[in-house]
Formats: sequence, C-alpha cells, structure tokens
Amino acid sequence: MAKVKINGSEIEVSDGMTILQACEEAGIEIPRFCYHDRLSIAGNCRMCLVDVEGSPKPVASCAMPINEGMSIHTNTQSVKKAREGVMEFLLINHPLDCPVCDQGGECDLQDQTIAFGPENSRFEENKRAVEEKHMGPLIKTYMTRCIHCTRCIRFADEVAGVNQLGAVNRGENMEITTYLEKTLDSELSANIVDLCPVGALTSKPYQFEARPWELKKTETIDVMDAVGSNIRVDTYGWKVKRVLPVLNEDINEEWISDKTRYACDGLLNQRLDTPYIKKNNKLEQVSWGETFSQLKKLVMDSDPDEIAFLVGDFIDLETSYLIKKLSEDLSIKAVDGRQEGCKVPFNHRSQFLFNSKIKGIDETDCILMIGTNTREEAAIINSRIRKRVISSNIPVALIGKNVDLTYKYNHLGDDINILIDLLNEKNSFYKKLINASKPMIIIGQSVLNRDDSLQIYSLLETFTDKFNLIQEDWNGFNVLQLAAARAGILEMGLIQKNKSVDDLVADAEKGKFKLVFSFGADEISYENFSNCKIVYMGTHGDRGANAADFILPSAAYTEKDAIFINTEGRVQYANKASFPPGEAREDWKIINQFSEVLELKWSFLELYDVRDEMFAKFPHLKEDFNDQNNGLVKIIDNKANEEVEIINKDTRSSQEKKNDTINGNIKSFEENSAKKIFNTAWADLNDRQREYLRKYNYPETWSEFTEHYGFKVVNDIKKKNNVVLLYEDQYANSIGKAWNDLTYNQKKWAYTKRNKNNLIGLADDANFSPDGIVVLNDNQEAYYAQPKEINFKIKNLSFSIEDFYINDSITRHSSTMAECSRARSEVRSSVTEKAS
Amino acid sequence: MLKEKDKIFTNLFGDEPFHLKNAQARGDWDNTKELIKKGREWIIDEMKKSELRGRGGAGFPTGLKWSFMPKDSKLTNYLVVNADESEPGTCKDRDMIRNEPHKLIEGCLLASFAMNAHTCYIYIRGEYFNEAVVLQKAIDEAYDAGLIGKNAAKSGWDFDIFLHRGAGAYICGEETALLESLEGKKGQPRLKPPFPANKGLYGSPTTVNNVETIAVVPTILRRGGEWFSSFGRPKNTGTKVFCISGHVNNPCNIEEEMSIPLRELVEKHAGGVTGGWDNLKAVIPGGSSVPLIPKSTCDTVLMDFDSLSAVKSGLGTAAVIVMDKSTDLVKAISKLSHFYKHESCGQCTPCREGTGWMWRMMEKIGNGHASSNDIDKLLDVTKQIEGHTICALGDAAAWPIQGLFRHFRDEIEEQLKKTKAA
Repeated sequence: MAKVKINGSEIEVSDGMTILQACEEAGIEIPRFCYHDRLSIAGNCRMCLVDVEGSPKPVASCAMPINEGMSIHTNTQSVKKAREGVMEFLLINHPLDCPVCDQGGECDLQDQTIAFGPENSRFEENKRAVEEKHMGPLIKTYMTRCIHCTRCIRFADEVAGVNQLGAVNRGENMEITTYLEKTLDSELSANIVDLCPVGALTSKPYQFEARPWELKKTETIDVMDAVGSNIRVDTYGWKVKRVLPVLNEDINEEWISDKTRYACDGLLNQRLDTPYIKKNNKLEQVSWGETFSQLKKLVMDSDPDEIAFLVGDFIDLETSYLIKKLSEDLSIKAVDGRQEGCKVPFNHRSQFLFNSKIKGIDETDCILMIGTNTREEAAIINSRIRKRVISSNIPVALIGKNVDLTYKYNHLGDDINILIDLLNEKNSFYKKLINASKPMIIIGQSVLNRDDSLQIYSLLETFTDKFNLIQEDWNGFNVLQLAAARAGILEMGLIQKNKSVDDLVADAEKGKFKLVFSFGADEISYENFSNCKIVYMGTHGDRGANAADFILPSAAYTEKDAIFINTEGRVQYANKASFPPGEAREDWKIINQFSEVLELKWSFLELYDVRDEMFAKFPHLKEDFNDQNNGLVKIIDNKANEEVEIINKDTRSSQEKKNDTINGNIKSFEENSAKKIFNTAWADLNDRQREYLRKYNYPETWSEFTEHYGFKVVNDIKKKNNVVLLYEDQYANSIGKAWNDLTYNQKKWAYTKRNKNNLIGLADDANFSPDGIVVLNDNQEAYYAQPKEINFKIKNLSFSIEDFYINDSITRHSSTMAECSRARSEVRSSVTEKAS
Repeated sequence: MLKEKDKIFTNLFGDEPFHLKNAQARGDWDNTKELIKKGREWIIDEMKKSELRGRGGAGFPTGLKWSFMPKDSKLTNYLVVNADESEPGTCKDRDMIRNEPHKLIEGCLLASFAMNAHTCYIYIRGEYFNEAVVLQKAIDEAYDAGLIGKNAAKSGWDFDIFLHRGAGAYICGEETALLESLEGKKGQPRLKPPFPANKGLYGSPTTVNNVETIAVVPTILRRGGEWFSSFGRPKNTGTKVFCISGHVNNPCNIEEEMSIPLRELVEKHAGGVTGGWDNLKAVIPGGSSVPLIPKSTCDTVLMDFDSLSAVKSGLGTAAVIVMDKSTDLVKAISKLSHFYKHESCGQCTPCREGTGWMWRMMEKIGNGHASSNDIDKLLDVTKQIEGHTICALGDAAAWPIQGLFRHFRDEIEEQLKKTKAA
C-alpha cells in the first residue's frame, strides 16, 4: 500500500496502481479517451493530464504509476487549461456531424466536450477529411471522426489476436485502417464498435436505426452459445435494435462475440406469430383454442410409447422443467434434448459442466483441449485462454483439427490414440501436464458424439486421477457445451437412459412413433419422422416448422423472463426485453396451458410458481440462482428471520392470527413491524434486485403494499404465496369448490380479483393479441375474457380499457407515444368488434 | 580558440581517407585493450570527470546516464547509437561518420563494455546512404582486424555492432521512437517511465547515445577526463562540433571549445555574416528546435548549454543557423513549422492536431492575412502543445514560434498593419 495525496486529501492505494486508478479510488473522475481498463496503456490522447508536485510538466495519469508520498492535483487551473487544450485539438478536425452520427447520445467526445471542453471554437482553417475505409459488413467506418485513440488497434492486437488493424501515415495524416481494406477477420470484431469513443467505428446493421435515448435497455443473457454472455438488449417498441455486452468479470468480461451481437437481426424475420395446423398438406392459421383441443385429441389417442419429445438448443430452464413434468405426467419415455447426438449418459452434473469455471482459466497453468475449436464454439472462452497464454505463457495443447486459435499451442495430432500415449507417458506433452499445479482439460462435443465416445469419455475420466485434475479447490475437468439450453436440459434429465437421439431417430424410422413434439429442435433431420404427426413449438420458420403438422409459436430469448444455465453450470436470469409477436406466447405458458387442456391439474399461475416448484426439486440450482442475483433472496430471507423474532412476541395462536388476518383485524404492532421490515427490505436492495421485484409489480411503498394486499400482507415481502393462498381459499369457497378443481381461467380470475390493480399477469396474455383480454366492469372488477365468451356490458368499456392499458401493458411495452397509441387503438377496436 | 593539438576530430574535413590504417595513424584503436583492462568503474568514472554532456540536444551528463544501467541484470544490455541526425541545420554526425567512423566504432566498444553490453546497434538515418556504406565498410574493417567481434581487440570482451538504416523519419531520432523503429514497429515515442535504462530495446536495459557523444569517448579515456573538462566553463565542458549555416560567408562544421562566444565562432570560422555583423538579424543557435535569438543577444552570448538557456534558447545540437536582415523571419519559422507538421508522428493529440494548425496560422501571418489577435491565438496554441505531449517534438514545434514572437512581435505587427492598409 502507498499513501498519496489527491487534491490535498490523503488516500491509501495499493502499489502499482496508476494515478488514474488512484484518483478513481478516491472518487475523482479523470477524463480519458485512449485509456481502457482491459487494454494496454497508450497514453496518447493526453486528456488525462494531471499535476504532480515536483514535476515541471503535467503527467498523463493513465500511464504514470503512483509513488509513495506523491501529491496529485486534478483541479488546478493548469489541469483545466490542459484539458481544454486537448479537447480543442480533438475537436478542430472532428466533423460537426453529430446530428447524423450514430454515436450521438453515447459519445465520449460529446460528453467530455460538455464537461471539459473550451466554450467556443477558434479554428478557422479547413477541417481534415479521411477517405472511407471498408471493414466488412459489421463495422461501419467514418474515419473523419476518428480521434486516433488506438483502442481498436490495441483490441485487435491484444484481445482478438488478429493483427489486421493499424495506423498508417504520420502526423495529421495518420489514419486507422485495416491494411489493404480487408474485413477484420475476427469473431470478436464488433467489440471495437463499443470501444470507439467517437462515431468513427459504428455498427453497420444498426446504422441510422435509433438514438440511444429512445431505446429501452434490458440486461439479460445471451443464448447463441453455451457461454451465457451477459448482454444488454436495446429495444425500440417491439423491435430488438441491438445487443451490447454487459460487464461480467466471471464470464465475458466486457466482450461479446459477433454472433451474440448480431443474431438479433433474426428476431425480426420469419417469425411464427400464430398457431398453425396442417390441413390438406397446407398450414392454416388457427386459434390457440383449436390447436390445443386438436392436440389433446391426438395425445389422448396415442399410446405414451408412441409419443416422443425432442428438445432444442434455446429452451429455457423453466420450460425444460415443464417438459420434463409433462413427459412424466403423460408417461412418455422417449425424451431427448441432445440433438447433436451425445452418447454419454451423465450421472452427475460435474460430468457435463465446465467445472473450473471460465474464470478458472485465469488460474490454470496448463490446458489440454480435446476435439474442440474454442474459437468457433465459444469465442469468449477462447479469448480468455488467449489472455492467459499471453500473460503467463502457459502450455496449451490440442488434440483435434489444427486450427488457428489466435495463440500458440502445441498441436498433438488428430488421433484419439494420443490420449493413450499421454496416459502411458509417451507423449511429449505428458511432462507439462503432470507438472502443472492447476491443469485443465477441455473436452469438446465432437468427442462425445462419436460411436466410441463412451470409451473415450471413460478414458478421459482416468485423466482426473492421473493428472490430478481434481484438487481441494480446483476441478480441471471441463466439458464445453455448445448450446445455451444444453446444461439445463441435462440438469433436468431430459435424456433417454442409455440411448441417444440417433436411436430415437432410428425408432422413428421404424414407425415406432405416431406423435413427435419438437420443442424448438431444429438440428434434427425430420425426414425420418415422416410417419408421425409433428408438433413444433418454436420461434422461427426453421427446419422444425417446415416439417410440422402443428405449429405453436413461442417467444425468443429476448421476449421472456427465463433462466438459463451456461456451460459452467451458472444459473442466470434472463429478462424480458420485448414481447412475442402476434399470438405467440411464452414457452412455459404454452406448456402450462396445454397441461390445463389435458386436465393435468398443475397449478402454475405465474412463472414464479414454476420456479418455486423447480427450485424445490433442484435446490442446488436455487443456491446458484441466488448467488447470481446478488443474494436477493438471501437478503429477503434474512429479513424473514427478523420477522420471526417479531412474531415470536405475538402471543396469539396461529389460528387466531389467521382469523384476525382474514377479518382485517390487524394489531398495530403487527402493522408497524411489517412496515419497518418492508421499508428496510426495500432500502437494502440494489438496483438490480429492485428491478426484479418491480417486474412482478411488487409494491414499492407501504401504502401501495397494503392497498394491494389488503392486510398484513403482512409481514412478508417474499412469502407472497401465503397471501395468495388465503385469497385462493376464500375465492374457491365462495363458489363452493376446492381450489384445485377450478379451471385455469377461474384461477386466473381469482388471481386477478385478488390483485385488482395488478393485472400484469394477464396483460402478458392479453397485450396486443386479441385472443384474451382483460376488462374492468362497473364495479371495477376485472374479467378475463376469451372472444367467444365476451359477455360484459358495453357501457363504460372504452374508459376502462384505456385506463388499463395506459397503466399496464402498453406503458410497459411501448417505448414511444406513437407505439402506445397504436396499441391502444388496436385493442380498443378489437374489443369493440368482438363485443358487437 | 581550440588549439590544433586539442582537437578530437582531426580528420573532420576528410583530408585523409577514413580507412582503418589511416585512423590508426591518427591514433584511433591505440591500445584499446589497455583501456578496457582498467575496468568498467574506471571508464564511467573518467566519463563523469570529463563532465561530458550528451551531444544529441538534451545535454544530459553522459557518465551519469551510463551509471543508470543495471550492473547485474539477467537481461541483455544494449547500447544503441543514434545516428538519425535529421534536425534541420545539423550535419555534424554526417561528417564524423564519413571521415572518422573508427572513432565511433571504438567508442561503441568502450561504451558497451562500460555498460556491460555485448551488442551495439547503430541506427543511421535512411538518407545517409553514402555514410552508411562508409560506416559499414569501417565496421567490416574493424571485424577483419579483430578489433570488434569475438574477443574484441584481444580484450576478452565479445562485442558486435549492427548497422541499421532508418527510413527517414525525424521522429525516429527520439530515443524511444528509435527503439520502436529498431524493433520493426512504427516509429512512435514510448511513454516514460519506464525509461530505456530499465526497459529499452526488446524490453532490456538500453542506453541511447548520440554519435558525437560516443565518438569522443576513446579520446577522453586516452587523454583523461580532466583534460576534457579543462575546456569551456564548469558544467559546460569539452570540445564541440558546431555546424554553422545560413547567411555566413563560409558555412562549415568546426570543432571548437565549449562556451566560445557566438560572434567569435561565426566570424573566425564561418567567415562572418554576409554583409558584416551589423547585417545580422537573428540566429537559431542550436538547430531548428530551439528559439531564435536576436542580434542584440548574439553580440554577447556564449555557445554553451547554460548561457543559451539563460537567454531562453538552447544549445541543442549546436547547429548555428544565421539569418541576416534579408530574411523574412515569419516565413523562415513557418518553414520550420511545416517541417514539424510533416514529421509529427501522429501519436498524441496536441502535436498531431496542433502542428498543422500552427503551420497554417504561421502561413496566414506570413501572407499578411492576420491580425494581432491571431498572434495571440497562435501563442496560446503553442502553450497548449508545450509540455502536453509524449515526446519533445511538440515542444520543439512550439518553441521556435514562441521565440520569434518574443523578440520580433512588434515588427511583425507593424508589417501586418502595413499589408492591411495596402
């Protein structure tokens, strides 16, 4: 630790920090353009100049290491003048084209000009112009705007590992370019768009699409590979406009692959937005009701052994759980989610996960990769390995195809016998592996899909002992999954015992199956299923949809709240950024409603409920989940403990308490402590956690809270379900039935009634689809209606609907007034039409 | 005035061939082995005693610089000789390489030995083609005679010299840019710290010295540091090669004692200013990077580091550019501004953007399309560049302009007013 003085106040910082980092530690902002945490220091923008006592000239704080006793000034006149000077220089040759520049609104140059720039312009000469560069279809260049910070060059050299960007010419003629106008040949190339502090490098597919302040920003999880990169999805109305990385040190740091970034284009095209049934060899649009009733017939007519479930690569965890539950309830055994044909029956989760975690790559000192091309299969992991190789020069070896991984590795060959050589100490890499203190092997999918994969896998398991892969705080046995859904599918056990998908396909060819449910399984050749009816639940007109007899349109990954487990086994929460198009529904709802049709008596009203049940069955996932959500539930659980203490002082019996509660007979101490707990619980949450609760329209103020939940809702922020149950019982009793005997719609209605002003649960179904609508009657009671059943009075209709939509769905989903009013009029007209 | 016997570069004018046998006849390579035998400490000590200051422009004490080199580092130490002489007005190294290359090569051996370096790189300016040919020939001669190479000069010290030709960028004369260029990268200065003595060429400890600094080393060691420091004033000792150019009757390179009065230097060796001393307008005393000084200062100033910096100029490379009264000073400095604009590497903002702006404003003033406000603006811009850049090129571009307006602002404003009126 070293003591330094910053603007007169002393602060202790760790050795080796730069002045800029020390100032950040002290909470003082230093403007910068070229400096970036994750890149080498260039020190060329000169924006971060500060005064250091004893130095005749201001120093570049990004590059200067601190010394004990240094006295730094960031607020002197000379620093201010230096910053103004640099800003002026940066601006003299920067075009004044902010109005047509895509960076506008999120431009470092704009922001820092406002904060640190000179107040007027003195430059009377002509501005420099730079010829357009061509960097391929992803990156749009406008190099006249470039301020030569060289972040892009450093990224390409250091992180992406492609030396294709550079600066040519000198002085004011300096230009950043790919030599010979080539496309930047990297799977991480578009990160330079994020790095560029100005509008010189912008995203080509996104050009002129939107302004950043118009976009709704939602943090969520990527599903394009099994890495589970943290992303931010920017939406304009329904449309996903772009995807950006979100910082997560444990996974993707600050980068995402180009696939992750640009796959969102596909969310706009070829979407399935309404259910279809194949009639006379032609798909026809139908209603959900008809689809479900026909499906029910089919299922009832088939023997469970004649039904197969195929699960695809983008299925979320909750849906996996429901698929599993459905298959169990219907006694269906032919269920498989390993489309690429993995043949290894995993018994424990550590057998199919990336056990050392992605972060573990930073610690390992030897890597053996078998049958994987990490650069294609998990670009983020590959760049992490590259970082490790470059910083510590660790030995890396690959058995498999000899490909360019952007770093030096030892290619042992493309022969599985090398594994045996390694075990027999015959291979040259043996010594490096055995001497490593934290060795790591990475097993690619191609190894697990072979006919002899079982033997190879058990051979690899012997590596564990031989090379000491598993130690007290280290597990170097890693399987690299390729699909975002795969780890979740394996966790849920959506696999056939001792059989692979290939066997299932072979059975199908023999005519064993009459009915196949494909939950987004598009990697399978459906020709072999010509004897069966195919039910496809998915988002796009992909292979599965082309073969299908029934199409159930579902939600893409940006359109639902969901949980995904990445290849490390990390449970991550994906947030809903947009909503499914047309009549498409969220996956879990489709299965849930289908279960209702099949009279399976599930009682899931909300995704919440699915999660609760799932977590009860898989408690280890819940722990992970809690960890990932910054301990949200833990915090609340702690609060719950406090509440227990308070309740202990209560001398009533539990029955008395319940009666008091139902009768609205609330003790003042009860309310006070509830209020206290409520307020502190909210105050203790961080932004992300609050966001989480808001998603469920969880009341934020005490008055809102009591208004919604009536009474004591008591003491508990989290155990909301108890409250629900009280209402459920009350309602069921009122119509003389048991809760479990109610239909889905009756339950929904009860739920709605419980929570008059909180119609979000319904709004999801209702939003812009005329399939189901919520209306309020004269008594402000909500009705959930399907078109056929509309029987309300038309009197105050328009007023009520408008109110409802303004308050809920539309404001939640619309980003602009235009969008809002369009949606409102759409709904109004559809309701009027149906009512008449 | 320096006596003939005290001159180090006796063949500066090229009266004799550069070859090894001629050089040996002049005293080069005379018992080099003995000098090495005296040991590292002794050499550095002698250098410190000589009070030799670096001849590349900054004037950093050479002995001190050498002593910064780590003594027992596990990395390879390097000596790099900076022969990228590109400063306008300066041509001393060229003559030394042409006519006295063996002084340089012997100096390289001694300096490398003192710094525990087995390898020396000489980075020579690309335009010095003939000089590179000569130097390579001299190096080959030295190799053939066993003076360098394995067991150099039978001293037991293995030593190699590599000559590297630059591509002609001025900025590659900046020591860290030179190292970058030598490593095969784009010639752009590095951030300091770390300094080359800690992390230089290929990340190893490196010392970069000017040709003249190294070439005087053998003579200093033979005749003793005290002999060298007996010339000139304290802290400004030794002999120095001055390059006199411009409006003089006899432009020349001449070795003289430090601290010689400027007037004496010009009148004795360069045949005086054209049209007589009274026709003098200004002098740039140390190459294009230092501010000019007006005639009034020239009358009395001594040519050394301290007295020139006292008049807000500098000795620089000791390239004296004389300008008589026929000179349009604004246009002259504007030419220099253009040079700096052209040679700025483009790495850091103030220099990249500022040099071009300054040149354009200078042109405007030179053409008379400017006002007093424009001069204020220009001076403000020079202040914004000065001290804010990674290397000294920004300063070097700003100083001549500052010098010009410091001494001649009234005159220039007068001129501008006249142009405007016309």
